[in-house]
Amino acid sequence: MTLMTRQGVEPLRIAPEAIEEAAKLLYIRALKILPDDIKEGFSQLVSTETDETAQSILATMVENIGVAERTENLLCQDTGIPIFNVEIGRNVELDGWALKQAIRRGTERATREHPLRSSVVHPITRQNEHTSCGAHVPVINLDFVEEERVLRLAMIPKGSGSENGSFLQMLIPADGLAGVKRFVIDAAMKAGGKVCPPTIMGIGIGGTSDLCMHLAKVAATRPLGSRCADEQGAALEVSLADAVNSLGIGPQGLGGDSTAFAVHVEVAATHITMNPVAVNIQCHSARRASATFTPDGVSIGF
Amino acid sequence: MAHHTLHMPCTEADIRKLRVGDHVTLQDTLFGIRDATQIHMFDHGRRTRFDLNGHAVIHTAPNVRKVDKRGTNDSGYEAVCIGTTTSDRMERFTRPLMEREGVRIIIGKGGLRESSQQAFAELGGVYLAIIGGTAALETTWIEAIEDVDLDDLNPESLWRFRIRDFGPLLVAMDSHGGSLFAEVQRKVQDRRAAALAKLGVA
Repeated sequence: MTLMTRQGVEPLRIAPEAIEEAAKLLYIRALKILPDDIKEGFSQLVSTETDETAQSILATMVENIGVAERTENLLCQDTGIPIFNVEIGRNVELDGWALKQAIRRGTERATREHPLRSSVVHPITRQNEHTSCGAHVPVINLDFVEEERVLRLAMIPKGSGSENGSFLQMLIPADGLAGVKRFVIDAAMKAGGKVCPPTIMGIGIGGTSDLCMHLAKVAATRPLGSRCADEQGAALEVSLADAVNSLGIGPQGLGGDSTAFAVHVEVAATHITMNPVAVNIQCHSARRASATFTPDGVSIGF
Repeated sequence: MAHHTLHMPCTEADIRKLRVGDHVTLQDTLFGIRDATQIHMFDHGRRTRFDLNGHAVIHTAPNVRKVDKRGTNDSGYEAVCIGTTTSDRMERFTRPLMEREGVRIIIGKGGLRESSQQAFAELGGVYLAIIGGTAALETTWIEAIEDVDLDDLNPESLWRFRIRDFGPLLVAMDSHGGSLFAEVQRKVQDRRAAALAKLGVA
C-alpha cells in the first residue's frame, strides 16, 4: 500500500504520547484561562450595561477571571463534559485509533493528577468513574481541513448549566423564518438565568435533527467576533442578538442589558419539507483551549 | 438595601429581617448539597448525621483533593475549587429540606420557583443568589472542608465547609413573598412582543 502524501514532502507525524500530553494540558488550561475574545466581550458589556445590579454582577465575573489566573485555580467548579474537536490537515500521518485513545488517557490523567471533579456519570446507573470519561465521552469530533501538515486539537469543557439550555424543534416550511426567530426568543426566555448569562447563544438552522443541534454547538463555542460564513446567517446573528438583549434577562437572570455576548448562527442545507432549528448555549465562562501541531512544533492557544 | 452579617446557624427571626435586594455575608459554617444528595435523602429515605437545623446550604459539588486526616482537614479532603450550580433542578427539595432538616437558607444561582417561594414564606426561609461561574473567588471564602457525609455520592456528597466572610450574597427570594427572579421574568414576558416586532415577527 502506498501512503497518499505529496511527493518529496515529509508528512507531519504525531505520536500518540504528544496528543495525550496535549489533551491533559488543554483540559486543565481551558478550565483556568478564559480566551482573550471572551475577556474583550466582558469589556464591551461593561461599557454598555445600564443596570446597576447587572454592572456589579459583571464586575464580580471580571474579578473572578483575575482571581482564577492569580491563584491558578479553575474559573468555575463545573469541569463540564469534555469535548475535543480535531482538525486534521493534508499530509498528516497518524494512527486514528491511537489518537482517540490518547485523548481519553489525557482526559483521565488531567482528572486524576490535577485533580479535577469528574462530572461524568453513567446515564442509567449514575455511577461516576472519577475519570471524566464514559461511553462516548470525551466527545471527539474529527474533521479534515485543506491546510498542509497541521493538526489542531481544540478542547471545550462544556458546562451543564448552559448545556441544559438546549432546544430543538423540527419546524416545517410553513412556519418560515418567523418561526425560527420566535423559537430563539422563546428559548432565551425559557433558559432565563439558569444558563449563567451573559451567554453566547448558538443557533443551528437546517440540516437533519442531529446535524442541526451540532451546528448550534459549533455556533455556541465559536470565538466572539467570528461571523457566520453564510451571508443570510450573518445578518440573522446581528438582528437576533439585538432582539435577545432587548428582553432584559441580564446577567444571571437578575435583569439588565447583558443577556448575550452574541448570537451565533450556523446553517446547513435541509430538506424541502423541513425547517429545523436548534439552540445550544455557552455560559459566560466560555472556556476553550487549543494545541496546533505543525512541523515546527506545538503551539498552545485558544 | 441593608447589609447583614449572619453567623450560622441562624433563627427564623434573623431570616424574617431579610428583604429582597439586601446583601448578606455568612460566617462560620456552610453545607454543600446537590442533585444526587437530595435525591438520596428525600427519594431514597437516606438520613444524614449532620444537624442542618438553622443552617445554610449551597447548591454545589466541589473539586477536592484527598489529603491525610490531620489538622483542619478532618474530612480527608481539601478544597481545589468550590462553586455553585443551577438551583432550578432542585426546586422540589426546598420544602423537605426546610421541613425535615430545618434548613433556613439556600444559596444558588439562577433562582427557584413558586413552590420554594411558598415554603420560604410559610416556614421562614430565604434564597441568596451567588454569581454562577465565579468559583475561583468563592473558593477564597472557604477556610476548610470540615466534614463530609454520604460520601459514596462523591462529588455530590453532603459537605460541611468552614467559611469566613462568605459573600456578599444578594437576597433574591425572601420570606415575605418577594422574588427578584419572578420580577425580572414578568418584565421579560412584557417585552417579548416588542422583541419579536424588532425581528419583523407578529
